[in-house]
Amino acid sequence: MRRFILQRLASIVVTLWLLATIVFMLVNVLPGNVGRQILGPFAPQVEVDAFNARLGTDKPLLEQYFQSIKRIFTLDFGDSYQSGSDVLDIILPALGRSGKLALLAFIITIPISIAAGVYAARRQDKFADRVIVNAGLASSSIPEFVTAALLLSVFAVHWKLGKAFANPPEGTSLIGQLEYLLLPALAMVFAYFGYIARMTRAGVISSLMADYTRTATMKGLSSKQVMRRHVLRNALAPTITVISVQIGYLIGGIIGVEKVFNYAGLGSTMLSAVGAKDIPVLQGAVLLVGIVYMLSTLLADLLIAYLNPRVRLEAKR
Amino acid sequence: MSASSISLGTTATAAALAVDDLQVVYTVRGIDRAVLRGVSFSVAPGEAYGLVGESGCGKSTTAYAALRYLPRNGKIVGGSVHVAGRDVTSMSTAELQEFRAREASMVYQDPAQAMNPTIKVGKQVIESFTLLGQSKEQAAASAMVALRKVRIADPTRVMDRYPFQLSGGMQQRVVIAMALACNPKLLVLDEPTTGLDATVEAEVLDLVRVLRQETDAAVLMIAHNLGIIRQLCDRVGVMYAGKVVEEGPSAQVFDDPQHPYTVGLLRSLPRRGVRKTEQALSTIPGILPLIGSDLPTCVFVDRCPLADETCRTVVPPVVPVGINGDRYTRCHHSDRIIEVEETKPGVDITLLAPAEGQPDVLELSHVSKTFKQRNHAVPALVDVELGLAEGETLGIVGESGSGKSTLAKTMLGIESADSGGVVSLDGRAVAAATGGRSAEDKRSMQMVFQNPDSALNRAWSVRRILMRSVEKLTGIKGEEANKRVETLAAHLRLTPRHLDLKPRQLSGGLKQRVAIARAFAGDPKIVVCDEPTSALDVSVQAAILNLLADLQSEQRTSYVFITHDMGVVRYLADRIAVMYLGRIQEVGPTDDVFHGPNHPYTEALLSAIPSVDGEEKVRIRLDGEIPSPANPPSGCVFHPRCPRVMMGICDVTEPPLAEVSPGHAMRCHIPVEQLIELQRKPV
Repeated sequence: MRRFILQRLASIVVTLWLLATIVFMLVNVLPGNVGRQILGPFAPQVEVDAFNARLGTDKPLLEQYFQSIKRIFTLDFGDSYQSGSDVLDIILPALGRSGKLALLAFIITIPISIAAGVYAARRQDKFADRVIVNAGLASSSIPEFVTAALLLSVFAVHWKLGKAFANPPEGTSLIGQLEYLLLPALAMVFAYFGYIARMTRAGVISSLMADYTRTATMKGLSSKQVMRRHVLRNALAPTITVISVQIGYLIGGIIGVEKVFNYAGLGSTMLSAVGAKDIPVLQGAVLLVGIVYMLSTLLADLLIAYLNPRVRLEAKR
Repeated sequence: MSASSISLGTTATAAALAVDDLQVVYTVRGIDRAVLRGVSFSVAPGEAYGLVGESGCGKSTTAYAALRYLPRNGKIVGGSVHVAGRDVTSMSTAELQEFRAREASMVYQDPAQAMNPTIKVGKQVIESFTLLGQSKEQAAASAMVALRKVRIADPTRVMDRYPFQLSGGMQQRVVIAMALACNPKLLVLDEPTTGLDATVEAEVLDLVRVLRQETDAAVLMIAHNLGIIRQLCDRVGVMYAGKVVEEGPSAQVFDDPQHPYTVGLLRSLPRRGVRKTEQALSTIPGILPLIGSDLPTCVFVDRCPLADETCRTVVPPVVPVGINGDRYTRCHHSDRIIEVEETKPGVDITLLAPAEGQPDVLELSHVSKTFKQRNHAVPALVDVELGLAEGETLGIVGESGSGKSTLAKTMLGIESADSGGVVSLDGRAVAAATGGRSAEDKRSMQMVFQNPDSALNRAWSVRRILMRSVEKLTGIKGEEANKRVETLAAHLRLTPRHLDLKPRQLSGGLKQRVAIARAFAGDPKIVVCDEPTSALDVSVQAAILNLLADLQSEQRTSYVFITHDMGVVRYLADRIAVMYLGRIQEVGPTDDVFHGPNHPYTEALLSAIPSVDGEEKVRIRLDGEIPSPANPPSGCVFHPRCPRVMMGICDVTEPPLAEVSPGHAMRCHIPVEQLIELQRKPV
């Protein structure tokens, strides 16, 4: 098991390096000069050159590349081109805000959608099942920024429930922040409910049809006992994988929701960094999302190994 | 119904299991379709009752209905099931749970799937006991006892494992231990050994036989293998289309069947050492009616050679057979059973005789195949020497993991043989991998797979499937290819109508015909058949075996026939090779292999076959499990399990494949005279 984790961590390092390389290449194929971009079209060329020299963006590409790789492993992404402040001071708070929002969304989504999936599976092809499956399909096929806009206009604007701006003022208590975060979180819940519920349903149905479930029933266990002791553990593995992949996505990818609610999460930070060619911030944010993504997949694999002895024992060898 | 009164002298109250006029329907697309059409039988405490019949006849539905475990769309619509005097059909959910926990148990096909893969074996066995109200400690102790009872020598170690860490035989023992936990009044065995290797199967059956004497449970056993039923069951019911058509003591029913269906079923089995040259297997014309079909009178009427107007208009009565009152048949014409047509003569022996002195069409010389697995070399084939003459059938037998399929794939070049080994076609060495072989070489060697469902493209019509093979293999195109497809189909007894259907619209037997037609599309010289009939019912199997024999006599095709069914291989093969751990342990003409002297492994394999003819055999038990090919034993690879092992020799050097009589060779250190002597009398 330890070897398995070490191998995975090693592969994370390799993946991070690849990721950094790709980001570096993407940034440098974009046209434009960093100094010019930031100082504007009317700045004198001398200032632009001086600016570039200060940032190091006038050095040969290869040198810049090694510089950027070095930054990842020293966790020093340098200063933002735009604001001049340390990149970490920009992206870590943004990560915190994104994490808070994602966490709230997950706290709401996971129990509801797993419960709905299990319920639907037990009533396969009956009315309740059809309702859950179709509602799930519908909710996850609407893009989350549409749901976000709808929630905003209906609840925050029309009924004055919840806030239209998700950024709580400085010093708001944790409970107080909930009021701000609830609507954007709900938009995410809508997006992921259907996905997770259907995944759970499929897992439970195949587990219910499995021979070991028949054995358990024939032993004389009640259907509740069968579900709890024999079905769920086997049924949830695919759901866990899906959820973990979503964690990374939620942290970095909900730009639409963040934009609608004007929330300064990691997604919006990346988007504005792209616009300003603020390479250090972009690089830091992408790598941060990458790390979160990979850690959450690793966590999922560990959970699955915990739930499935076959995986665990094979990893041990 | 009168049936139960004619059955053994047990009444519904005394019987452990009494099924009376049971009717079950499956709801398919909103319509109730009859699956069981009034099934009646009873099983006394301590008695074993077998249900036989081909797939779709309702035997499994009957077994599951007895424990009221039907699929979601199934329901009991009439009749009753009593277990130990209690009506199962009217129990509440709670009562049913209690009933399953304390009174009735089941053992299933495929033990690997029957246990929860994520829970340790011990916990699963213990659960059976805590359900009976035992405390954790009591239940743990009971579990140990239960595992010992099923002859597990080291229960502590087994309990600490996960199901997938146990061998198939071990898994089935654990499932049996769980089933016996409550000391059930009724034990249902649903194909308990299907899918297990012959020697493991024999081991499990031995266990069931011994356990039967230790408990007074009534046993209801479902099996498609009639030999197993004969060995284990006191009485047997033969089912067809949801009805028991004949019932009686097993030996009597199998030796002297009294219903035309039973007669047909038994005749389609290759039995009593009959060979393809002596007799074609008889088949049952037509197919099993679909569930829900309208069968107002005799259920077998459409396929029965004796059917007449009476059979179509009057429900056949229950006719007692013999004077003991323990047998009946549901037939108007039980007095005319003898008229059921005798089987046809077999294929012309002169056409089949391998050409003397001709070079072999296929030759393997020093062929080995080593797989790499996690940097370990796993030898799957070791130094195989084989020849195959024109028009000859070579049977390859052995248990799973013996290398049968790897051998077939290596011949075909799907796996390439290790360097040093040579595969020759018509005396000319060919490339090890298919990719390196000429179109002509590919055409001359084809394969028929075990499962036609996955071997045929489901989205294509039969015509398109065959067209493609004809075009690919022969290069013929267009209208000419289409003509060839039609000729081919006619040869395989497929009608033009079948050509425009998709595989899913065909029965299993027809699908396998299409798969065989595909292999024959380019007039191959050699066809490798990998268990081509093991997924089919016996009457369908008979038709396929006849077809293969006919094709061979017409086209002088050579077959490599891989199977685990010794009856089938005896019928079809001219020579047999017995494999163990990637080595050919014995090879010889079919008669020599069946009459001995044998390699001790072959001897054990032959002794493990449950015979439907009830011949008494001394079973040779093999201890331990088949070793992993990655780590083969020293010396003779069979020595750790060999009952005749001579330590000091067998564990040191591997014996060569040496001829004991013309064409009959084996790898054994024991001199042949001594083997003859040893194998004459029981161990």
